[in-house]
Order: sequence, then structure tokens, then C-alpha cells
Amino acid sequence: MMRLPWFQYQRPASVAEAARMLAAEGPRGMLIAGGTDLLPNMKRRQQTPATLISLSRVEGLKKITNGSGLTLGAGLTLTEVVGTGAVREKYRGLWQAAAQVASPHLRNMGTLGGNLCLDTRCNYYNQNEEWREAIGYCMKKEGKTCWVATASKRCLAVSSTDTAPALIALDAKVRLVSAAGERELALASLYNNDGINYITRKPDEILTEVVLPQLDGWSSTYWKLRRRGSFDFPLLGVAAAARMAPDGSVLEARVVLGAVSSQPLPLAKASEFLVGKKLNDEVIAEAGVLAASRAKPMDNTDLDVYWRKEVVPSFVGYALREIRGDDMRAMRMRISRQAL
Amino acid sequence: MNTALQKVDQRKAHITLRVNGEEVEVSFAPYKTLLEVLREELDLTGTKHGCELGECGACAVLVDGEPLLSCLKLALECDGASIETVEGLAEGPELHPLQAAFSDHGGSQCGYCTPGVLMTAKGLLDREPNPSRERIKEALSGNLCRCTGYQQIVDSVADAARTLRERGVKA
Ligand SMILES: Cc1cc2nc3c(=O)[nH]c(=O)nc-3n(C[C@H](O)[C@H](O)[C@H](O)COP(=O)(O)OP(=O)(O)OC[C@H]3O[C@@H](n4cnc5c(N)ncnc54)[C@H](O)[C@@H]3O)c2cc1C
Ligand code: SF4
Ligand code: FES
Ligand code: FES
Repeated sequence: MMRLPWFQYQRPASVAEAARMLAAEGPRGMLIAGGTDLLPNMKRRQQTPATLISLSRVEGLKKITNGSGLTLGAGLTLTEVVGTGAVREKYRGLWQAAAQVASPHLRNMGTLGGNLCLDTRCNYYNQNEEWREAIGYCMKKEGKTCWVATASKRCLAVSSTDTAPALIALDAKVRLVSAAGERELALASLYNNDGINYITRKPDEILTEVVLPQLDGWSSTYWKLRRRGSFDFPLLGVAAAARMAPDGSVLEARVVLGAVSSQPLPLAKASEFLVGKKLNDEVIAEAGVLAASRAKPMDNTDLDVYWRKEVVPSFVGYALREIRGDDMRAMRMRISRQAL
Repeated sequence: MNTALQKVDQRKAHITLRVNGEEVEVSFAPYKTLLEVLREELDLTGTKHGCELGECGACAVLVDGEPLLSCLKLALECDGASIETVEGLAEGPELHPLQAAFSDHGGSQCGYCTPGVLMTAKGLLDREPNPSRERIKEALSGNLCRCTGYQQIVDSVADAARTLRERGVKA
């Protein structure tokens, strides 16, 4: 049995109470939502918080507000996000991303907030304690060297959340609440390109809501590369959203890559390149090349690293063709084995 | 390596559960998962431990009707919950239609994945009495089986669904 370490457990009933507890615990405390990321990490002693502050009974984290846009509580499970009609109809990229996270059981447990705060991943880090001890640990936890690039000054662990790229393409904001106050920031600013300090959330902040703007006339999509058809962490995620003029030319676009960096990677150049153009095959191919030039997959997840870079233009192509209105169902089935 | 526990009163957690319809009170070390409490405190060893990291589905049980992975569920968080495990499927000597179908169609070989598969399938059929083959595959996509090749599992679930619909009862 791979057992959890000892911890103290607190179960607040409100966000305010949770924020007070988190402030009082300081760096010793961590929030637990679904626990599907944190508990495996604790079993492997990658993360060893002295106190867990549970969000399971916190009032108000499961709210869905349909106003001019859509506000989703961070405590909604991914199954609940996928089951929300407004997500499916108006924010399809998020719907497709959430539906491809992990397995059905894990989506019943894992939350949207937990998915956005997911720890970065690496083959040298997601191992049990004995394994990591045998290599002298690594920079991300207890060691000094990065085994992926020994000359690297920073950790290159991979951002592996599926919903973050989709939500950034949809221009989402997040609300963060602490005992000291609250703030709203663009989801893209929640992340750093650093495998250790991957998140700009302060240790005393609770992510309470994801705020989506009203997106009339936009289409969005998410494509994911994973080893198995059933479930796996992303080896590449491509999220795209665009608003098109009646003649089919692009008025606004946002393309974001996942799992090729320590943060979800918004592609400003490729996105700007699309504006004013019609999504014909040449334009799509060129956007794919621009996207691939930014993708820096590292040899610390699954599948061959060169191949993973080579397929970036193809996946950007699938996404943009779906946005253009092509029927991508057969391709989708071949790649993800899910009807999305 | 383990973080020293500061408060003595947290060395034992105490919760109430409804397990297969029966109310039970159980005390355990607070770091235990639902899987560990079921197997070690309640002696319900039908639920299997495989990877213990959320990757195999062997430990799947129903919590308030929903298929979850008991290896990643803190038992502490199940206080007041209703748990269904494989032990609750048969009624006396009478196999549950899912169990009977798995036996008829070779849906179980070594049997290690079977409790998790059965409970996940029950969770599906309780909500969707008439799922398509695709839907069955999707619902079971988190359950690994190294023996059957999966087709027999899908056949078994589809057949059990038929039996249950004919009998007009909930799975
Ligand atoms: C086998 C397996 C496969 C997986 N596959 C995928 C996959 O394909 N794609 C994917 O994206 N994920 C995957 N996951 C990871 C995980 O299941 C999901 O990311 C899930 O959504 C995490 O949510 P949670 O509520 O369980 O997070 P938790 O484990 O509870 O928390 C994760 C982190 O977020 C913090 N946190 C949680 N909620 C908040 C909040 N409201 N405010 C601030 N911080 C918070 C926690 O402190 C912790 O650091 C997989 C996990 C497993 C075990
Ligand atoms: S990228 Fe380097 S430092 Fe970061 S987890 Fe992997 S081996 Fe460790
Ligand atoms: S033992 Fe729980 S998923 Fe493998
Ligand atoms: S029957 Fe052996 S693993 Fe499924």
C-alpha cells in the first residue's frame, strides 16, 4: 500500500472561513478540492502539506450564473461542467476540453478550480519517493539538478491542464479570494513559464470563480493529443476561438497551446496572422507553422519529443478547420475516440 | 518523512457511513482513503487496490450513486455518505443481473478488475437503463482490464441492461 502521510484536516463551511484558515496555516497548508491531483502527489511525497483545508463543504463554490456571460464556480466537478447546457452550446472549446480530462470517475471527483491549479508534471517528478531518491531528487522537490536539461536554471515541468488553454482562448477571468481581499485577473496571467512557480496565485488565495465573457458570434474548439484513446494527460492541447465576419474572414482570434511549456501558451503571432484572412487551407497551414515555432515540448512526458513537435501544425489545422465549419467528427473519433 | 501530527485528538477520525444499505460507524487514522477503510477497517475486501493513483479503476465504488475512485477519496470526506461496493450486489445466493451476465459472457477472467467494472456499470445503468455500446465503452474508459480484451465486458453490460429493462427494476 502506498499510503498518504499524516496531515491535519480542516473543513470550513464558507469561503471566508477557508481563507482565514489558509492565512493562518501559511505555507504549511494546502487546499484540497477533488484531491485527484493532490492525493497522488502526496502518496508519492511530491507534496507534503501539514494541513489540508477541504473545499468539499464550502458553500457557494458550485454556483453557475448565466448573465451576460457565464460564471462557473471553481468547485464544480468536471462532470458538472460538461453537463452544463450553456457550456456545451456557447463555450464548446471548454466543453470539449473538460470532457477529455482524465476518466469518467476522475471527472466525477476533480473540479474546475483544481484543474486550473494542477501541479506541473514531469517524468522525473511524478515518481514515488524511492525512485526520486535514487536519482538524487530534482530541482522541483528536494534536489538541485534538472534531469531534463542539466544546464537549465529553471524547472521545465509541463503544464498539463486541459481546461486552461480552452478557457484562455475564450478570454476567461478568474476570481481569487483571500483573507486580505479579492481580485479578478485574466486567466492567462494566472500562469508563469516556470515548472516550480507555475502559478501566480498567492498561497493564501482561493480560486472561487471562472468568469466567461459573452461571446456572440464566436466559435471555439479544443483538440488533444494523448497516447491512449481512453484517457491520459495531454501531450499537446490546441485551443482556438474566433469570431468571423459573414464573408468568413476572421475578425478576432485566439489560439493557445497546452502541454508544450510550463504554462498554457497563448500564440499572439499566429492569432494576429489570422485576422482579416479567410480560413482557407494555405492560411491554416501557415498558422500551423507559426504555432509550431513557439511549441517547445520537452523530453519529460510521453511519446517521442520530436514527433510531438512535428504534429503541432496538424493539430492546429484540425482546430482551425473545425472553426471554419468542416465536419471533423470522423477525425475527432480517430484521435480522441470520443464524440465531441 | 511523515509530518508530525500536532494534535493528539486527530490521531483517530470517526465517521458514519451507509455501506450497502447498512449504517456503520468507523474509526480510522485520518490519512486513510475510502479504499483503505473499506478493506482494512470494514473487512470489505471485494473492492480491489491496483495502482492506488487513480490510473486503473480497480477501486471504483459508488458514493451517493456516483462511480468514484476510492483510492483517491479521503474517508474523512465520506462522512454521512452512502457507499455501494461489490459485496452489496448479490441478494443472498441470487446473483445481480450484472454478475450473471459477466459470468455468461466471459466478462471476467482473472477477476481483479471486475468489482470496479461492475460498480461503474451499475452506476451507469442506474442512470441510463438503455445505453448504447459507445456509451458503455465511454463510461468504462477509466477501468483497465488486462485479460478480457474488453469486448466481453461491453457484451455483459449490454446484456445486463436488457435483463434489467425487462424486469423493470433499477440496477
Ligand atoms: C490518472 C489521472 C489522469 C489525469 N488526467 C488528466 C488529464 O487528462 N487532464 C487534466 O487536465 N488533468 C488530469 N488529471 C488531473 C486531475 O484529475 C484534474 O486536473 C482535476 O481537475 C484536478 O482537480 P481536483 O479538484 O481533483 O484538484 P485537487 O487535487 O484537489 O487540487 C489540485 C491543486 O489545486 C489546488 N486547488 C484546488 N482547488 C483550488 C481552489 N479552488 N483554489 C486554489 N487552489 C485550488 C490544490 O491545492 C492543489 O494544489 C488526471 C489525474 C489522474 C490521477
Ligand atoms: S523539469 Fe527538471 S526540475 Fe522540473 S520536475 Fe522535471 S527534472 Fe525536475
Ligand atoms: S486503485 Fe484506484 S484507480 Fe487504481
Ligand atoms: S479480468 Fe483480469 S484484469 Fe480484467
